[in-house]
Amino acid sequence: MKSQAFQKVYTKLKNITKATVSLIAEDVGYDEMAVVNGRMAQVVKIVGDEVVLQVFSGTEGIPTNAEVTFLGNPPQIKVSDELSGRFFNAYGQPIDGGPEIEGEIREIGGPSVNPVRREQPSQLISTGIAGIDLNNSLVSGQKIPFFADSDQPYNQVMANVALRAKADKIILGGMGLSNDDYLFFKQVFDNAGALDRIVSFVNTTENPPVERLLVPDMALTAAEYFAVDKNESVLVLLTDMTLFADALSIVSNRMDQIPSKDSMPGSLYSDLARIYEKAVQFPSGGSITIVAVTTLSGGDITHAIPDNTGYITEGQLFLRRDTDIGKVIVDPFRSLSRLKQLVIGEQTREDHPQVMNAAVRLYADAANAKTKLDNGFDLTDYDERTLDFAKAYSEKLLAIDVNVDTDTMLDIGWELFGKYFSKAEVGIKKEMVDKYWNNN
Amino acid sequence: MEKNDNTTGTVSGIIANLVVVDVDGPVGQNEICFIAHGEESLMAEVIKVTGNQAYVQVFESTRGLKPGSKVDFRGHLLEVTLGPGMLSRNYDGLQNDLDKMEGVFLKRGDYTDPLNREKKWSFKPLASKGDEVVAGDWLGEVEENGMPHRIMVPFKLEETYTVKSLVKEGDYTVDDEIAVIESKDGETISVTMVQKWPVKVPIKAFQEKPRPFRLLETGVRCIDTLNPITEGGTGFIPGPFGTGKTVLQHAISKQAEADIVIIAACGERANEVVEIFKEFPELDDPRTGKKLIERTTIIANTSNMPVAAREASVYTAMTLGEYYRSMGLKVLLMADSTSRWAQALREMSNRLEELPGPDAFPMDLSAIISNFYSRAGYVHLKNEKSGSITFIGTVSPAGGNLKEPVTENTRKAARCFYGLSQDRADSKRYPAIDPIDSYSKYLEYPELQKSLEKNMGEHWLDNVIKAKDVLLSGKEANEQINILGDDGVPIDFHDKFWKAELIDFVVLQQDAFDDIDASTPLERQKYMLEKVLSIVDTEFEFKNFEQVGDFFKRLINQLKQMNYSEFQSDKFNGFEKELGEMLQEHAVEVKQEEAV
Ligand SMILES: Nc1ncnc2c1ncn2[C@@H]1O[C@H](COP(=O)(O)OP(=O)(O)OP(=O)(O)O)[C@@H](O)[C@H]1O
Ligand SMILES: [Mg+2]
Repeated sequence: MKSQAFQKVYTKLKNITKATVSLIAEDVGYDEMAVVNGRMAQVVKIVGDEVVLQVFSGTEGIPTNAEVTFLGNPPQIKVSDELSGRFFNAYGQPIDGGPEIEGEIREIGGPSVNPVRREQPSQLISTGIAGIDLNNSLVSGQKIPFFADSDQPYNQVMANVALRAKADKIILGGMGLSNDDYLFFKQVFDNAGALDRIVSFVNTTENPPVERLLVPDMALTAAEYFAVDKNESVLVLLTDMTLFADALSIVSNRMDQIPSKDSMPGSLYSDLARIYEKAVQFPSGGSITIVAVTTLSGGDITHAIPDNTGYITEGQLFLRRDTDIGKVIVDPFRSLSRLKQLVIGEQTREDHPQVMNAAVRLYADAANAKTKLDNGFDLTDYDERTLDFAKAYSEKLLAIDVNVDTDTMLDIGWELFGKYFSKAEVGIKKEMVDKYWNNN
Repeated sequence: MEKNDNTTGTVSGIIANLVVVDVDGPVGQNEICFIAHGEESLMAEVIKVTGNQAYVQVFESTRGLKPGSKVDFRGHLLEVTLGPGMLSRNYDGLQNDLDKMEGVFLKRGDYTDPLNREKKWSFKPLASKGDEVVAGDWLGEVEENGMPHRIMVPFKLEETYTVKSLVKEGDYTVDDEIAVIESKDGETISVTMVQKWPVKVPIKAFQEKPRPFRLLETGVRCIDTLNPITEGGTGFIPGPFGTGKTVLQHAISKQAEADIVIIAACGERANEVVEIFKEFPELDDPRTGKKLIERTTIIANTSNMPVAAREASVYTAMTLGEYYRSMGLKVLLMADSTSRWAQALREMSNRLEELPGPDAFPMDLSAIISNFYSRAGYVHLKNEKSGSITFIGTVSPAGGNLKEPVTENTRKAARCFYGLSQDRADSKRYPAIDPIDSYSKYLEYPELQKSLEKNMGEHWLDNVIKAKDVLLSGKEANEQINILGDDGVPIDFHDKFWKAELIDFVVLQQDAFDDIDASTPLERQKYMLEKVLSIVDTEFEFKNFEQVGDFFKRLINQLKQMNYSEFQSDKFNGFEKELGEMLQEHAVEVKQEEAV
C-alpha cells in the first residue's frame, strides 16, 4: 500500500493525541486508509473539513508537519490461490520473505450474508477429542471459541482440531501471538505437511496492539474468497480474541468514549458479532467455520469479553485442568456446542444424545458427592460410584489427549455406565438400553 | 408529521453511523432521510437537531461516505407497509423483503418492497355502502394462508366516514381501490388494501384493553402448569448465555395456540434464523393443518446487520402485530434478544455524547422498555370482536447478573418472569426455568383463576400451588441435607427432597428435541400433574435414606418413559401400570387418589 505519485500530500496536522492525528483535508471517505509519515492510519471521524485519523502504531514521534496521503480506499487485501502457504502481517503484507501476492483486490470487513441465503450448518466435523466430538460436536459453518486460562495449552488443542478437521483451507488469524506460538503453528502445520492449505495473518506481541484490529477481517476476507469463489470448506482460527478486544478498548479509551462494563467499549457485542457472524454455510457448498480462543483471567466467564463472546458464538469449549487425573479436560458443564443437535444421533450413532446427557448428569452427581466429601460428610454407595465413574470418564473421554472415533466414545460410555451403575440410575430411554447395555 | 415541504441537506460530519447534516429547511425529530452515496442511497433517521444541523443515524454502513453528500428528507417517520402477503415473509428490521434481494451478500442501500404488488387476492366485502366507519373498521377481507385478513379503514384517518362505494366480491391486487369513503365535509378517500404506519406509534384502533384473563397454551409444562402466560400477556426470559432462551422461545412459537406468530430476531445469530427458515416450512400447524411457516412472519436483524436497524426491528415487529390484532387475531410476538435492542440504544446515545445512565445505557431506558411492553395486550375491537398480542422477550444480562439495567427495567414492565438458571442449565435440567424465582403475576388475577377453574377443573389451582410448595420445601430440605449431611437429618427430609425432584424431573424438565415430549397439551399436563401429586401424597416407608433416592430414581425413570410415549398409548399405559406396581413396594397406605 504505497502512496501514489498523483495523490495529494498534506503536511499540516491540526491536532495530535496518543492514538490519533487530525488535519484539514478534502474529499476523504469514512473508513479510508491513509499513511502518516510512513505509518498506516484510518479515518475514524470527519467533522466538517477536519479529518481524524487513527494511527495504528501510535503517534509517538509524529511531528505536526508529518506527510499525510490518503489511499482512497478502505483496508483491502489481494486474493488469489497464491495466498496458500503464505504468512502475512495485519495489513496483508508478506512476512515470510516471499513475493507480493497477485490477485483481485477486495475490501476487508465487507457486507454480511443475507440470512435467507444461508444454509443450515449440517456437516459434522470430527476431531477425535471426545470432550468435543461426544459432548460438544462441531459442525461446519459454526463459530465456537475455546475459553481457557492463559496457562492452558489452547493453541496446541486448536492446532490438533485444525489438522484433524479435514478442511480445504485453514486460515490462521494470530493476534498478540507470542513469537514462540507463531513458530509453533508454523512448525506443526509444516510437520503435518499441511502448509500449502494454510494462510496466516499474524500480529505478534512485537507489533503494535492496535494493528490487531485488522487481523480478523483480513483472515475472514481471505476465507470468503476460498469459501465463495472456490466453494471450499474453510476453517478460520482466531487466537487470541481477548487481545483483540483489549485493542478495541485501548482505542475507545484513547478516543474518550464512555466505557461500559470492564472498561470495554459499549459496542463490544456488535464489534465481536460482526466478526463471528462471518461463519457461514453457503448454499454452493463452501463454508467458513470459526474456532477461536478467548483467554480468561482466573476462569472468570462473567468478564465482558467472554460474556459477550458467549452470547455471540454457538457455544464454547471450556478447558480446565482436572487435578484428579492430572490432565487438561474439556469441561462438560461449562462447554456447549449449540449446533450439535443438528448432527448427533443422525450423522452419529442413534444413542449419541442419550449417552452424552446421561454421562454429564452422572458427572454432575459426582460433583455433588465431591462437595459432600469436602464438607466432611459420609458418602453413600451411590456417591462412591459416581466418584469412580467421574474419574474414569474424565480419563477416558474428557481428557484432551483422547483421539478415537465417535462410535468408540459411545461404547466407552456404555462400558462405564455398566461398570458403575444400574439401568435405572442411568435413566436412558428403554429402547437404547435394550440395544446397547452390555453389548460391548 | 406536520411537514410536507422537501427539505434537503449536505453531510458535514461522520462518526461511524452517526452523520451530521446541514439542512436548508425544517426537519422533524425521527424524520426519515436518504443520503446519496454514489449509486447508493442510504436510509437514515433524524435523532437530534441543533440549529440547522440534523444528527441522523444511518441504517447502513457509512464506509466511504464523504462530507458534501446530498441528503433528501422525506417528511415522514420510519414506517411499515401493511397489507395482505406479509405472512411467511422474511423481512429485515426495516421490513425489506430479504428474499427479493439479489446475491448472497446484502447490498448497502438495497431496499425491497415488503408486499407483492401483482398478486390478486380474492376479496369479500364485509361493510356495505352507506355504513359509517372509523379507522380500523373492517371493510372487507381476503384470505391469507387460510387466515382471514381484514382490509381496514386506514388507521391514520381520524374522523367518521361514510362508505360511498365498495367493490364487489372478486380478485384484486393490493393497490386496487376497494372502497371510497367520504368524510362529513365531503372529502373522499380512496382505500386500497395497503396502508402505511409509523412503527414507533402504537396502533390504537380498538375499543378497550381489558386485563388478560385466558391462559395461552404453550405446550411447555413449566409455563402452562406452574406460571402460565395469558392471551395478551407479557413475559420475559432472562438468562445467561447458553441457558436456553432461544430454544424456549422457538418451542413456544412452534406450539402456542396463536393465529399469527411474529419472530423478531434482534441482534442474535443468523444461524438461529436459518433454523426457523428450514424448520417451520416442514412443521405442521396442528390447528390449521397447514405448515407453521404460513402463519409466521420473521423479522431478522441479526447481530451482523446494521445496529440502527436493530433498534427499529422490534418496533417493526410490534407494529405488524398490532395490525393483525386489529383484525381480531391472536398474535404471538417474540423478540430475541431485547438486550441487543437496548445495546443499540446505548451505542447511539454514547455517540451523541448524552449523559449516560447506569452501565452507560440511556437515562430513559426504563421508559422505552415500558412503553414497548405496553403495546402488547388483549383488546376489544370496536366491532365487539377481540384480538391480542402476547409478547415474550428474552433478556441477555451482562455477566449473567440479573441486577443489570435491562433486566431490572424489564421486570417492571413484564408480568411473567421466566428466569433461566445457570445451575439448571449446567446440569441439563431443561428448560432451565428456575421454578422458585420465576413467577406469573397472572396467577393472582381473579379473571384467570376463574377461567382456569372452568377449563382445568376446580382443583387445578390448588394443585399448582401445592406443586410449588413441594418444590420449595424440597429445596429447603436439600439445604438442610447439605448442611447436616445425609445421616444428620430425619429420613423425612430425603422424602421431601425427592418428592420435589419428582416434580422437577417429570413436570418441569422437558426435552425440546424429543418429538413427543417437546409439546404437552394441557389435558396431558393435567393428567401428569395429578399423577405426580398423587405420588407426593402417598406415604412411603423406608429403612434408610439410601432407599429413598433409589426408589424415587426408579419412579422418575418410569414417569419419564411415560413422558416419552404417546399419551395413553399402549406403551404409555404399560409404563403406568408398572409404575403402580413399583409404588406398592414402599407405600404405607395408598390413599386411593381422587387425584387432588
Ligand atoms: N429444552 C431444552 N432441551 C434440550 N436442550 C436444550 C434445551 N434448551 C436449551 N438446550 C441446550 O442449550 C443450548 C443453548 O440454548 P439457547 O441457544 O436457547 O441458549 P440462549 O439462552 O438463547 O443463549 P444466548 O443468550 O447465547 O443466545 C442449546 O443449543 C441446547 O443444546
Ligand atoms: Mg439465544
